[in-house]
Amino acid sequence: MLRIECPWCGVRNEDEFSYGGDATLERPSDDDSIEAWSRFVHTRKNPAGKHTEHWQHVNGCRAWIVVERNTLTHEIYSTAPASPILPAGKKSTRGLNT
Amino acid sequence: MTQQFRTAAGGLIDRSRPITFQFDGKTYQGFHGDTLASALIANGQHLIARSFKYHRPRGFMTAGSEDPNAIVQLRTGSRKEPNTRATTIELFDGLEANSQNRWPSLAFDAMAINNVFSPLLSAGFYYKTFMWPVSFWTSVYEVFIRKAAGLGVAATEADPDHYEQCHEHCDLLIAGAGPAGIAAALAAAATGARVVIADEHPLIGGSLNSERLTIDGKSGVEWAAEQMEILSKMDNVRVMTRTTVFGYYDHNTMAAIEKVNDHVAIPAAGQVRQRMWTIYPKRVVIAAGATERPLTFGNNDKPGIMLASAVRTYINQYGVKPGTRAIVTTNNNDAYRTAFDLHNAGVQVLAVVDSRPNPDEHLAAQLAAISIRLITGKTVGSAEGRQHVAYVQLVSTDGHTSDPERIDCDLIASSGGWNPNVHLHSQSGAKPVYEDSIASFIPGISRQDESSVGAAKGSFHLQDCLDQGHAAGVDAAKMAGFKVKPKAKKVATAKDEGTYAIEALWVSPTPHNKSYKQFIDQQNDVKVSDVELAAQEGYDSVELLKRYTTQGMATDQGKTSNVNALAVLAGQRGDPVPEVGTTTFRPPYVPVALGVFAGHTVGNDFMPIRRTAIHDWNVKNNAVFIEAGLWLRARYYPQKVGDTLDDCYIRETNNTRGNVALVDVTTLGKIDIQGPDAPEFLNRLYINNWLKLPVGRARYGAMLREDGMAFDDGTTSHLSENHFFMTTTTANAAPVLSHMEYYHQTVWPELDVVFCSVTEQWTGIAIAGPNSRKLLEKVLDIDISNEAFPFMAVGECKMNNITGRLFRISFSGELAYELNVPADFGEQAWTELLEAGKEMNVSSYGTEALGTMRIEKGHVAGSELDGRTTVKDLGLEGMANRNKHFIGKHNSQRPGLLEEGRLQVVGFKSLESGRNLRIGAHLVDDSIKLDSVSQSQGHITTTTYSPSLGCGIALGLLKDGASRHGQQIDAVFPLDDEKVRVEICHPVFIDPKGELVRA
Ligand SMILES: [Zn+2]
Repeated sequence: MLRIECPWCGVRNEDEFSYGGDATLERPSDDDSIEAWSRFVHTRKNPAGKHTEHWQHVNGCRAWIVVERNTLTHEIYSTAPASPILPAGKKSTRGLNT
Repeated sequence: MTQQFRTAAGGLIDRSRPITFQFDGKTYQGFHGDTLASALIANGQHLIARSFKYHRPRGFMTAGSEDPNAIVQLRTGSRKEPNTRATTIELFDGLEANSQNRWPSLAFDAMAINNVFSPLLSAGFYYKTFMWPVSFWTSVYEVFIRKAAGLGVAATEADPDHYEQCHEHCDLLIAGAGPAGIAAALAAAATGARVVIADEHPLIGGSLNSERLTIDGKSGVEWAAEQMEILSKMDNVRVMTRTTVFGYYDHNTMAAIEKVNDHVAIPAAGQVRQRMWTIYPKRVVIAAGATERPLTFGNNDKPGIMLASAVRTYINQYGVKPGTRAIVTTNNNDAYRTAFDLHNAGVQVLAVVDSRPNPDEHLAAQLAAISIRLITGKTVGSAEGRQHVAYVQLVSTDGHTSDPERIDCDLIASSGGWNPNVHLHSQSGAKPVYEDSIASFIPGISRQDESSVGAAKGSFHLQDCLDQGHAAGVDAAKMAGFKVKPKAKKVATAKDEGTYAIEALWVSPTPHNKSYKQFIDQQNDVKVSDVELAAQEGYDSVELLKRYTTQGMATDQGKTSNVNALAVLAGQRGDPVPEVGTTTFRPPYVPVALGVFAGHTVGNDFMPIRRTAIHDWNVKNNAVFIEAGLWLRARYYPQKVGDTLDDCYIRETNNTRGNVALVDVTTLGKIDIQGPDAPEFLNRLYINNWLKLPVGRARYGAMLREDGMAFDDGTTSHLSENHFFMTTTTANAAPVLSHMEYYHQTVWPELDVVFCSVTEQWTGIAIAGPNSRKLLEKVLDIDISNEAFPFMAVGECKMNNITGRLFRISFSGELAYELNVPADFGEQAWTELLEAGKEMNVSSYGTEALGTMRIEKGHVAGSELDGRTTVKDLGLEGMANRNKHFIGKHNSQRPGLLEEGRLQVVGFKSLESGRNLRIGAHLVDDSIKLDSVSQSQGHITTTTYSPSLGCGIALGLLKDGASRHGQQIDAVFPLDDEKVRVEICHPVFIDPKGELVRA
C-alpha cells in the first residue's frame, strides 16, 4: 500500500487515488502532426527508477497532483499540485486555434 | 484411561476445565489452554496426517504455526476449514477435527503404496512423470494426482461468519510479544508514544511461556503476566493477542490478522470471526523470535520425532509428555535444555547425542550430575519403526557408519539450530545476510523504518533480548519525537542461561551409507535426494529449486525447511551457503482466510447501492429492478400477476409511442459548469461547436478520448450567462468528471471555469409521447407550445410549489421533455405528474422500454461506445468541427482509423418471423459454416423486439456496414446452434427525419 501525500489533504492511502500516467509529457499543439499526437498518447519511456507522474485524489478532494515516485522501490520523493494556482485577478488566456 | 501423558502438575492449562473434543470421530478429553496438538499428545495420539506425496504417517514436529505436518480439517458443514494446523488450534468444547489426505483411514492408507513407487515422484515429477502419452492425462494422471495430492476439502456452503477490516495508526508497532517485544513496548510506552504490540498466541510472553526462565527473580511466565497487566492498563498501548502481523508492505504499511473467535465453536451473535488490521506505524520493531530447524537424518519424518524446543513447549506450557523414553539429538547447546526439562517432568532421557566432538563442558557436567548419558561426535543416522519411532541408529559424524549403535526409544528431540524469523524484514524489501556464528540468516540493512531485536536478530541470550528490545523501544519513541528521560526505566534482568553455540550439521550420514529417505520439507515430501537431483539437472539456484521441487511452498512456506534446503543445495554446488543466497519471503507469514480480505464487502454489501428519489415509489408499485453500475433502476412495471417482462415493456413502449409515459432518468450523469470560459472549455471537450449556443438552448455533443476513440455523448444546456449544465451517460458519469478535471487542472489551468457533479442533487423525469405536451401544460406555469418552447429549448419552470428545469430533448424519438427537479421533490413531482395524467392514462416505463425505444431510434449507447469505435464508425462524424481544436482530434485521424474495413454501426431486422436476435451473435455470410466464427464480419451489440415494427431488430457493428444497407447476412450464435437471417439497414428504424420530436 502506497501512502501518498495530497498537498491539500495530507498523507492518504493509495486506494483514495487513481493513476494518471506520465506528467512530463508535453501536449502537442493543434498545428502538430498526427504522428506527434500519436507519440504523445502511445509512446512511453517506462523508466526503472524516478518517474514523475499524475495521480488524482479521486476519492478525496479530487485534485490532480504530480508525484515523483521510484518505480523500483515505490519511494515517493515529492508531491505537488498539478495546477498552479492563478494569482488573483489574472485573466485567463483564450482558446487554442479557435 | 484418558490423558495418560499429562505431567503430574504444571503448565498453563486449566486442569479444572476439561474439554471434550473429537478427532477422526473418536472422542477425547483435554483441558482449557490446550491446543488440539497438545490435547492429542496428552492422549497418546501422535499420528495426525498422511504426507502429501508418499502418504507416510506423520506426527507433530513443532508446537507452533511453523508445523509442516499437523494439518487437519477443522469443524464441519459450512464452517469446515481445510489445512488448519493442529499446533495452533486452541481447544474448545465440541471441537471436531478430521485428518486429511488419507484413504480409507489414517492408520491404514492405501495410497501409502506411493512410498514404494517413490522414484516416480522425485523432484520435478509433475513435469516428468505425467508428460506422456497425452491420452493418459484424463484417464490416468489426473485421476491419480487428484486422489494422491489432496490437501483437504473446502466447504461447499457459503461462509456463515462475519469478518471486518480495521485501521490503526501508531508510533511503534511491535511484531511479537516475547521478552524482546515486551521490553520494547515498556520502553516506548513509558515516553507516551502510541504503541501497538501484537502476538499470534493467546498470551503474551513468547518463549517465556514455554521455557523455564527467570527475569527479575520471577518465573518467565509470572513476569510476562505482570507486564501484560501493566501494558493493558496504559491508554497509549494496544496489546493485540491472537494477532499475527503477516505482511510488511510499502511505506511501512503493515497487515495483521486477529483471530477474534477461532478459539470458540461459533462466534457469539454480532461478533466477527476474524479481523484484518491495516496498521500505519511510524516505526516497526520486529521481535518475531526464531524458528528451530530439525536435523536431517533417515526417516526423520516419523511420528515421535519433534523439534527439541517443541518438546519443551509441550512439557512446560501444556503439561504433556510427548514420550516416555527420549533421545535428544543436537548440534548446539540449546537442546540440552530439553534433556533437563524432560528429566524434570519425569521422562526417561536415554541419551543426549551431540554431533560435536567437543561439546560445552558446563552442560556436560550438568548432564552427568543427573546421570544422563552424553554421546559426542555422533548423531542419529536413522529412525526406525512402523507408525512411530521405535529405535534409532547412531552413526559417527566423521563418516564411520558401519556399526551403528541402536537405542530403543519413542521420542526423538531434534535440534539443528535456530533460524531468526527474518520474514517481515525480507518482506520490507531488505535482504537477510548469512551469519556464520549461528549458521543461519540474520536481518541485513533496513530498507524501511524497521529494526529486528532479540532472537529475530539472531541473539538467543535472554538478557540480550531484553536489552535490545529496550533500546529499540527508546529509539522508536525518540524518532517519533517523544522525550526520553535519562533514567527512564530500568531494563529487566534475566538469570543467565549460558550461551548459544552451534556447529552446523546439514545432513547426517546414514547407517552403512545406505539410501534412506531424509526429508527436508515434510509438507511437500521433498527429500535431500530431490534437492540433489534438482541441482544435478541444473535447477541450482534457490528460486528454481523452489519451483522445481516445490520445497518451501504450501501452508508452512518452508519455515522449518528453507535454510536446510539451501545448505544442501550449497553442498551440491560446492559453494558456501551465503553464495547460494536466500529465498525472498512474501506475505502472508501465515495462511490467512480469504473471508477476512473481503471483510464486510460480500453479497449485497459488495458495493454501495445508489437509489433515486423515485425508488420508494417504484418499490410500492412492484417495479422489477436492474442494476446499472451502482444504481438500482426500475426495469419494468408488472400490472398484474403473471405479467412477464415482454408483456410489460411492450405495453410501456406502446403507451409511450401512442400516448404519454414517464421514466426516471435520474441516473444520467449531471455536471454543473460555470464561468466565463465555460463555452471555450466545452468547445475543447466536445467535437462539435459550443461557442455560439444561445442561452435557453441545449445541444447534443460527443466527446473523444485523447487517443481519438469515442468516449461519451449527451446533451449540454446553456442555462444562463456563464452557466451550463452537462449530462453524461449513466456509466460514464464519474470518468467524464475525472476527464474534465484532468484537462482543467493539468492542461488548461488558465480557463476560468468551475464545475462539479450534481447527479444526486436533481431528479430527472422524462415525459415522452405525443400527449406529453398536453400533460405538462396541465401542471407547468410556462408556455410550452412548439413556438415558445421548440425542440432543444431549455428553461426554468414551476410545477405547483416546485421550481425545476425543463428540457425539450428526446431519447425515445417521440415528442418529449425532461423535467429536472431538486431531488427532495423528486417523488412529489413524479406522483403529481402521474396524478395529472391519470385521465389520459399516463403510465410509467422502465429501462427495458427505454432501451427498446433507443434501439428503434438508433441512438448509440455503451454497447456501441465500447472504446474501440470512432465517431466515424458510429455515424457521428458529421458533428465534428475540424476547424477548432478538441480532445482526440488528431488521433481520430490516424490512417488505420479511416481505412475501409472498419466495423460501423448499422441496424438489423430479423427476416424470420417470430425470431429475435441475440446480443453477441456474429455476422457471417450464409456460405460460412456455423462453427467458423473466424470469418465473422462483426457482431450484434444490442437487440430487442420492436413493437413498432413487429419484428426483432438490433444494432450492431459490421465491417463497412454504412455502405451495406439493404443487403442480407446471417446472425449466428454457435453456442446454441442458432442462425437467423437478417437485413442490414439504417440504424434509425423509426421517424428517420426526426419530425416527431419537433412536432
Ligand atoms: Zn486531496
